[in-house]
Amino acid sequence: MKNTVYSHNSRQSRSFTDKLQAYLYLHAHSLFSSLGRLFRNPFTMSMTIVVMAIAISLASGFYLLIANVQQLTRSIESSNQISLFLKSSVGDRAGEQLADEIRKNPRLQQVIFISKAQALKEFKTYSGFGEALDVLESNPLPMVIQILPSHSLDDMQGIESLLAEFNQLPQVDFTQMDMQWVERLQSMMEIMQRGAALLSTLLGFAVLFITGNSIRLELQNRCDEVQIAKLVGATHAFIQRPFLYAGFWLGFLSGILACLLVALMMSVLQQPIERLSFLYDGAFHILYLSFTETMALLAITSSLGILGAWGVLHYQLKQINPE
Amino acid sequence: MLKFDHVSKRYPDAGDALLDVSFHLQQGEMAFLTGHSGAGKSTLLKLIAMMERCSRGHIVFDGQNLNKVSSKQIPYIRRKLGLIFQDNKLLQDRTIFDNVALPLVVSGFGHHEIARKVRAALDKVGLLGKEKKYPTALSGGEQQRVGIARAVINKPQLILADEPTGNLDPELSVEVMRLFEQFQTVGVSVLVASHDVGLLTQMGHRVLKLEHGVLKTASP
Repeated sequence: MKNTVYSHNSRQSRSFTDKLQAYLYLHAHSLFSSLGRLFRNPFTMSMTIVVMAIAISLASGFYLLIANVQQLTRSIESSNQISLFLKSSVGDRAGEQLADEIRKNPRLQQVIFISKAQALKEFKTYSGFGEALDVLESNPLPMVIQILPSHSLDDMQGIESLLAEFNQLPQVDFTQMDMQWVERLQSMMEIMQRGAALLSTLLGFAVLFITGNSIRLELQNRCDEVQIAKLVGATHAFIQRPFLYAGFWLGFLSGILACLLVALMMSVLQQPIERLSFLYDGAFHILYLSFTETMALLAITSSLGILGAWGVLHYQLKQINPE
Repeated sequence: MLKFDHVSKRYPDAGDALLDVSFHLQQGEMAFLTGHSGAGKSTLLKLIAMMERCSRGHIVFDGQNLNKVSSKQIPYIRRKLGLIFQDNKLLQDRTIFDNVALPLVVSGFGHHEIARKVRAALDKVGLLGKEKKYPTALSGGEQQRVGIARAVINKPQLILADEPTGNLDPELSVEVMRLFEQFQTVGVSVLVASHDVGLLTQMGHRVLKLEHGVLKTASP
């Protein structure tokens, strides 16, 4: 028994499956032991994860907000209504005749004629300036023909040619399309989107550095262990493995917490957004993070965690040498 | 097995730690390295364990010139060595089993094999049955033997011990040295750094004496 350690040389006899099994076991062990290690310092771990989760939820919440507003503009976009304001010299009957004529155009799906009297009535009801108008002797509001082009005319070119056509009519004072403010909103959205991308990049770096810093502290705490492992012949890959898994866990757990925070934020916003939706004829529903988006977010945060840990390990592990 | 060929080590701020040291340690040979503190004993061991690299000369270990070993290959050199330290360098928050198993774990052994080998190694140093204890629950001599079990578990070709008996009483010291002799008889080379001259003469192996970095004698 005394010489068992030496007499039985099994190093050569280790099969490939033995090695693979041992390798997989090592990975599984690092995966769970690193998680266990994090939970050994619950206070430090939760502080780190909460800070990271706030950064991640800011970025993803902003992204979701933009996605929601975009959906809103898309629903407005589909109502590319054209208003024809008629000259004051045109009488009510002539106006109605013109509307009838326009109705024959197959490229339109809806034509509504609003007489001066109707316009005044509507204005009084919705504007709140009704009594002010009573002071005026005559009705200052023009006749309007509201036109909704058919869906086949969704592109700007078709609508612009239609506009030019209407502008040539002698009865028409001027035409106005509701698209213009949508376009402005869209270009504003583009700025917001770019802002969101910048913000996400910055917050991504924050996550990277926060993980890096906590891994650096963990590495300092386990300096002795690293030195001893190096002395008994541990490779860099072996030593850094549990730390990389720790980085993964930090990223993954803060990603999950961030998803919960975003869901919480959206549920707080749900009521006002649904009211807004109601005002736009319920054309839009609040968007939460989809399953795919959630998975993508977790993949990104986990990768950032691993990357942050790797960056620190790459530089710091070389500096910890056995004394 | 281990050959020093005109090896010098110079530290930028402390001058020459080793100067033109040459010796040859045969396979299965046990030798003592002695000298006053600061004579270069630790430096010499560090060069073999590749914790330092020499400034001049060549060190050949197991047919490999250590000057030509890249830093990526260092772990594989160290797996052929069994290192024993005066302060044991045990992990205090791990059990005796985990401490002894560490060299096998880093070499990628499966856990069945690890369990078998750890028990065999602990049996050899007389600590079987203490696997689940923590280092702090053991006496100084027992801790040193855990360190020895860890050093020999991966079947090293060379055992390097730096003042292994520094913290032990004379009786335990002889016991530890006898243990080294047992490894020597199965073909492992052993190099022990110690300033305990009484113990060295009692054991009767080759003595390498360093004085201010210079090797003075290479015989008993």
